Amino acid sequence: MQGPASRDVLAILAAALLLVWAMPLLIAPHSLTVLIIYGMLGLSLGLVWGFGGILCFGQAAFFGLGAYTYAVAAINIGESTLPLVLAVLVPALLALALGAMIFYGRLTDVYLGIITLVVTLILFRFVSSTAGPQYVIGRARLGGFNGIPGFQTLNIPGDPGAYIWGDALYYLCAAALLAVFLLVTWLLRSDFGRIAVGIRENETRMALMGYDVAARKTLLFAIGAAIAGLAGALFACWAEIVTPALFSLPQSAEIIIWCIAGGLGTRFGPVLGAAGLAWLKFMLGQQSLIDNTLVMGAILVLFVLFLPRGLLPAAAGVWGAGLARFRRPVRARLRHPVREETDHG
Amino acid sequence: MDLSVVILVEMLYAVALLILVSAGLAVVFGMMKVINLAHGEFMMMGGYVTITAAGLGVNVFLAMLVIAPLAAGLAGLLVERLVIRHLYGRLVDTMLATWGLSMLFVGLASMIFGNTTTSISTPIPGFAIGAYQVNGYNFFVILVAAALAAGLWLVLSRTRAGLIARGTMQSPQMAAALGYSPARVYMATFFCGSALAGLAGAVLAPLVGLVPAWGGTYIAKAFITVIAGGPSLVAGLLSGAGAFGLVSQAFTFAFSPVIGEVALLVLAVILLRLMPRGITGRFFRGRL
Repeated sequence: MQGPASRDVLAILAAALLLVWAMPLLIAPHSLTVLIIYGMLGLSLGLVWGFGGILCFGQAAFFGLGAYTYAVAAINIGESTLPLVLAVLVPALLALALGAMIFYGRLTDVYLGIITLVVTLILFRFVSSTAGPQYVIGRARLGGFNGIPGFQTLNIPGDPGAYIWGDALYYLCAAALLAVFLLVTWLLRSDFGRIAVGIRENETRMALMGYDVAARKTLLFAIGAAIAGLAGALFACWAEIVTPALFSLPQSAEIIIWCIAGGLGTRFGPVLGAAGLAWLKFMLGQQSLIDNTLVMGAILVLFVLFLPRGLLPAAAGVWGAGLARFRRPVRARLRHPVREETDHG
Repeated sequence: MDLSVVILVEMLYAVALLILVSAGLAVVFGMMKVINLAHGEFMMMGGYVTITAAGLGVNVFLAMLVIAPLAAGLAGLLVERLVIRHLYGRLVDTMLATWGLSMLFVGLASMIFGNTTTSISTPIPGFAIGAYQVNGYNFFVILVAAALAAGLWLVLSRTRAGLIARGTMQSPQMAAALGYSPARVYMATFFCGSALAGLAGAVLAPLVGLVPAWGGTYIAKAFITVIAGGPSLVAGLLSGAGAFGLVSQAFTFAFSPVIGEVALLVLAVILLRLMPRGITGRFFRGRL
């Protein structure tokens, strides 16, 4: 994080406007919408893992829970504003409870991974088995493996007849991603964000300095879950159906792959990784020569082995090295060589 | 009376199943502190090898107990040489890399065998206890699991190879100073772990319809059994499998298989919260 905040925000706004205008020329807005939603999902884990050092194996649980909350609430309420709010709140509350259990118990690394993985599995198993008519929340049948179709999709607040779909949904999702991105930017510039990064770097030291590590990690975890929940609700509106596959392990794995490939510790990396790899998956889905899962698995293995920092930081490093060579004579006279900072998206 | 015998057999079977499924993971995690998320896929390989070999006319038990473990072990050897050995000591990275490997294997299997169910019939017929029909194959599974646990303990505590392996895990430098190459010991351990996974997959293959993603259904169970079991290998394996097998089976009888499964997972979360170092981290300290 460097440079004044206003310049950062202006750069984000300019880049976002350019992308929102230019991308529909390349990819159909319908596909682009889901890429944006995945980008938001990637950003949620990118925040929690990249800046908080919390490797959550079950980010898909919050995504799926957001989608299901939206679907169930939308059927019962028949209007989309409150369900959207609930879809953010419910995953955040679950994450608060789960996070409190994990972080106040000082579980880290493997144990954290397992618990989040297991919670995802519990949700998946439970929701998959709710095919019977006795599994009803209000007027919404959970529908087991077939999921919930036919709920009220996004509408203009207060007017259930005015659906937001097609191009309008694309612009809405883009705006939502921009808002979340700016929120994350602000968060990381605030004291909370800087202390979170400090905790990632050295938990013991931050605790000795008097910060409540467990509370801060729990809160960050919940914020990540809230973003994932929002992404889930938007996904539900895009797909117009929610199924247990949203909770599944392959979905969780994919989110992790997005973050690794895009670049941890950056804001833009996970978004780029998510959109790029999801698009790659679409492309691969159109041929039958190579299996999709195989490619994703290979990407994960190769990145962990050869490029563990991800594309964006590596590219920034190359760019920075090139720039440094170009500038070196001037810099050397002024002060000591500056280590290139890769901690900004 | 008959019912209680049947329930007893079912309980034993549930525990045996967990022992079988987790043994390979326990060896790899317990000895090397490597979390192998591709464990389920080594099982899947063992299953496919068994079915393919049996289809070619090889004796089913030979395919199951010899060929499948060897094949999975060799695949494991390859994986260790190409991927795992670069990541020793980086716990999270190995988890991620092996998760990638698991996806890669699933993709490979669906390209070779197709995304359909493959199966063979169980080689042992069922029989009746009183009014209840019991699957004879369940006894075979229990037998294999018992032999496995006993064998594991014997090898680790009574043979020179087990001594070398344990020594290397405690202090690689010291083992190297005494002339044993840690790299080789790790390689052999990983081979054994994958072979055990292959064995588990092979033994379970006749009980299920095999699909490429089959291994994924067991990985979480194996994972939590090993972690909840804790640091000591055999005792941890037995206590973890015992606790989870009994609880899940009790809930299955009382409610439904899905509730049993969910109860197992919930118990795992609670156990980890209460005993983060596992059951043998608190009880049976220092045992093997």
